[in-house]
Amino acid sequence: MIEFINLYLIPGLIIGSIYALGAVGISMIFGILRFAHFAHGDLMTIGAYGTLTAVWFIPVHPLLLLPFGIALAVVSALAVDRFFYKPLRKLPTIYTVISSFGVALIFRSLAQLLWSSGNQVFIPGVKPPLVLFQTFRIAALHAQVIVLTLVIAVALHLFLSRSKLGRAMRAVADEPELAAVAGLDTEKVIRSTWVIGAALAATAGVFAGMDTSMHPNLGWNLLLAMFAAAVLGGIGKPMGAIAGGLIIGLAEELSTYNWIGDNPLISPSYKSAVAFLIMVVLLIFRPQGLFKGRLL
Amino acid sequence: MSLLLSVKGLTAGYGGLPVIEDVALDVEERGIAVIIGPNGAGKSTLLKSIFALTIVAAGTITFAGRNITGFPAPKLVPLGIAAVPQSRNVFPSLTVAENLDVGTYAAPPRDKVAVLARVLALFPDLQAKLRQPAGELSGGQRQMVAIGRALMSEPKLLLLDEPTAGLSPAYLERIFDLLLGIARSGVTILMVEQNARQALRIASRGHVLVNGRNFMSGSGEELLASDTVRRSFLGGAEAA
Repeated sequence: MIEFINLYLIPGLIIGSIYALGAVGISMIFGILRFAHFAHGDLMTIGAYGTLTAVWFIPVHPLLLLPFGIALAVVSALAVDRFFYKPLRKLPTIYTVISSFGVALIFRSLAQLLWSSGNQVFIPGVKPPLVLFQTFRIAALHAQVIVLTLVIAVALHLFLSRSKLGRAMRAVADEPELAAVAGLDTEKVIRSTWVIGAALAATAGVFAGMDTSMHPNLGWNLLLAMFAAAVLGGIGKPMGAIAGGLIIGLAEELSTYNWIGDNPLISPSYKSAVAFLIMVVLLIFRPQGLFKGRLL
Repeated sequence: MSLLLSVKGLTAGYGGLPVIEDVALDVEERGIAVIIGPNGAGKSTLLKSIFALTIVAAGTITFAGRNITGFPAPKLVPLGIAAVPQSRNVFPSLTVAENLDVGTYAAPPRDKVAVLARVLALFPDLQAKLRQPAGELSGGQRQMVAIGRALMSEPKLLLLDEPTAGLSPAYLERIFDLLLGIARSGVTILMVEQNARQALRIASRGHVLVNGRNFMSGSGEELLASDTVRRSFLGGAEAA
């Protein structure tokens, strides 16, 4: 039981939180701008490198330097939207999807160029985990990730349901033409979508980079699981994306537990296939996702 | 009575051939103006042109003495024009209360609570549904949410594109009654209607559009009494 919590449940929640924060942006961008943003993983990478760079110069805990990574990701996202996606806005969205592939390659190559293609770490050395009640062992980082993700989820929910801008964003996601007729500032809603999506992507990128190590493929490797999470939660439903991310993360980790007999149910090297399996099954049987999102 | 909206020499469409050509339309303050005509006459296109949702090739649109041709919605709503499209006119995943609230964003009223109270007094059915997603409502109730949303910006002119499309006859009566009430409260209404006979009965002014051009116009009674209109657009056999 203890082993199950320490070695399966908590790691599942950690990778799930990372997927969740990335999937929120993917889901919101799909809901409001109507395209699959394939550069979202690499936006995570850029954000994480922003924080990593700040770590080199300012000797405090990396999570306190999150604003630097967030700022870099937000500026990158707004610039890319302005110069790559906005000129394509009136064309069928497939043009934007393809161009986001190009942007993904640009981000990744820039990361290799500016920060090298090797592995880097945020904090060198090994930290002993926190031990709770003498049995539960949780790394300090993991506790921080879980708490921060919870705080972000609650804040996002309040923002979307209570604030004027949040409601305007949901209105544009629901019926863009009606939102325009009602006089809502669609471009402002689009900019806000990028700010929120990029900020959460950078946060997820830092979590992922601190949990393992920093490298230019960090975000790209997570992209498909994040898409699975966004589909699972229902496209255009940010809170659904958070639930979807946690479910995909937990499903991946828990599928390697020795549920039957002594061997893992699925060999750990195949665990990332679980996300794809969930996505395929979902697209066949419930394409609107758990929270009734937009049909793809 | 003074002129609220004036359309002159309007030629507009969606890129190809123009759908409406050299159309003129005057809407006087207060009352209900109705645009009728056969399918494909360009009734909706005329309404959409006022909201810059078409490509205007020629002509001017003046609102309260100001040239508003090509103004986008974020500029029109604060001036006092609100529109309700024919279909997809509510935000389905937003609650009724949120739908109404969104109506205030482009033109925040001085006293939101009072405006909401007035809208709910017009549509008492919505009071009990405020916390329900608009997508779960019936067609008639949705229409009320849509009109209510538009009224939240306290418009001087309300544009409605077929407000009774797809509604049962019972609801049709109710919507028309509500529109009379809204007009009496001082909001001028310009609407496109398929149910020409009922619409002309509540109209102070009617405009007939055929093949994208002005065909005739007159008071509601004049058009109802006109033989041409009766034969061509009202299904002449029906007793008036």
